[in-house]
Amino acid sequence: MDKIKFDTKSLDLFYGDFQALKSINIKICENEVTAFIGPSGCGKSTFLRCLNRMNDLIDSVKMKGEIIFDDKDINGDIDVINLRTRVGMVFQKPNPFPMSIYDNIAYGPKCQGLKDKRKLDTLVKESLTKAALWEEVKDRLNKSALGLSGGQQQRLCIARTIAMNPEVILMDEPTSALDPIATAKIEDLMSSLKKDYTIIIVTHSMQQAGRISDKTAFFLMGEIVEFDETPKIFTNPNDKRTEDYITGRFG
Amino acid sequence: MKSEHKNAIVADKIATVILYCIAGFFLLLLAGFTAYIIVKGIMAYQPGIFSFERTGIGVELFNTVYLVLISLIISVPIGVGAGIYMAEYAKAGKVTNYLRICIETLSSLPSIVIGLFGYLVFIYMTGSKYNLFAGALAVSILSLPLLTTVTEDAIRAVPSIYKEGSLAVGATHWQTIVQICLPVAMPRIITGIILAAGRGFGEAAALLYTAGMSSNVNPNIWNPFDPMSLLCPFRPGDTLALHIWALKTESMTPNADQIADFSAAVLLVLIFAFSLGSRILGARLDRKMSGK
Ligand SMILES: Nc1ncnc2c1ncn2[C@@H]1O[C@H](COP(=O)(O)OP(=O)(O)OP(=O)(O)O)[C@@H](O)[C@H]1O
Ligand SMILES: [Mg+2]
Repeated sequence: MDKIKFDTKSLDLFYGDFQALKSINIKICENEVTAFIGPSGCGKSTFLRCLNRMNDLIDSVKMKGEIIFDDKDINGDIDVINLRTRVGMVFQKPNPFPMSIYDNIAYGPKCQGLKDKRKLDTLVKESLTKAALWEEVKDRLNKSALGLSGGQQQRLCIARTIAMNPEVILMDEPTSALDPIATAKIEDLMSSLKKDYTIIIVTHSMQQAGRISDKTAFFLMGEIVEFDETPKIFTNPNDKRTEDYITGRFG
Repeated sequence: MKSEHKNAIVADKIATVILYCIAGFFLLLLAGFTAYIIVKGIMAYQPGIFSFERTGIGVELFNTVYLVLISLIISVPIGVGAGIYMAEYAKAGKVTNYLRICIETLSSLPSIVIGLFGYLVFIYMTGSKYNLFAGALAVSILSLPLLTTVTEDAIRAVPSIYKEGSLAVGATHWQTIVQICLPVAMPRIITGIILAAGRGFGEAAALLYTAGMSSNVNPNIWNPFDPMSLLCPFRPGDTLALHIWALKTESMTPNADQIADFSAAVLLVLIFAFSLGSRILGARLDRKMSGK
């Protein structure tokens, strides 16, 4: 049995009066890729953003239930900054900061107080190498990151996350803004990152979920309908609604 | 159907022509004014007009730049700080609404009122003579609302994906503001600073009873603590705008009109140079960030 990284217990989430998540119970295992699928508006992003407390930014959000990370409830008395260095996030739209490629990677570690130039140099190189971007950008580290292509920008954002050496990487439709070649690169990247990190990815592409994930959770109207091994979900789901969704027969 | 389509095209053409006419009219008006002031200024030129003697405007020119600089040093940190507070920390509620009303009221106060307030507080209550520093404080009060609003808008306009990206790598709120939001908002904040400085360059009413209407300096004293020194901010000093007004209304000097005309042209060039300089700086910052 793999070690459990995240364990949520009857998690409810409200935006004002609107309930976006209903009694979510899910155990996410270490060093696996877990995919969240489901129709638009069913709460996938909302749930993902719970896991690094990104919803703190939205005033109207109210939560009930527990999210146990390792052995602590992250909505309890924990250090949010520390949580976010351990649980990194890659966004749907590539969002490199308007600064140089080097500074983009060094930003997080610098914010944590790392000043040693040599250590930063190594870290930048390592992170970019892991994100399969080093060869493409090693000669232009001091150029602005906004000059990169969309796919390169997204890999830069992954590198930026890796530089924090997190335990978990959350990805919200990381390839939805990219072409098939860039997408393939990022998918390869995810399989190679799996041995070091726990990855949770939201995707609208069944093929993508099928290719890269070990387990898949199907969300519908704020609930998890089914959560199981990916092959099982795609070949022999227990719930009629899951089957309807993955076969495209969904309303 | 066909004729409706034609009508739309005609309406579009008419609107375009009208908008061009309005823009052209203002452009002409502005060009006219500028040309008038510059030409009159050049014709009024006489040797030695930049001198620091009584007949020259060297002291006034220096006072203008000095006063605007001091006022920016005071108002930019406070205004930008207040703007950051309003955009990032102020929670929606009574206190914030009250603050907003205060800022709006302050921004619509006539500058003579600020001038008299400045006289009361900075001159009368402190028991000092008219001085440049008091003038700079008065101008700061004038430009604070503008700086605050511009900064608040600029920070609010920073795309939230930058902010989220920064917080997601474990940066604190303050680190995010200083290292991400402020640089991105900088070009717009610079525009605000240009506008604020413009108020300072052109201000007269707020300075009448704060900085005073005359200067008495000895350009050879360099010790900034000597009240006769040009560099001393705690001495009376009239700026170009005020000087022009004084020359045109009550001066006894025979060629007062010429000096005033020339001063006006110099003031115009000064403001133009300042705006241009700041804009170039802003554009350079912008280019550096967008990687072109
Ligand atoms: N800031 C917000 N305020 C109020 N309601 C919100 C907010 N963000 C999301 N919602 C609502 O919560 C529900 C879930 O949204 P969420 O973004 O989690 O969906 P999603 O599954 O990620 O959809 P998509 O696949 O389109 O990204 C939606 O009905 C949405 O309208
Ligand atoms: Mg989403």
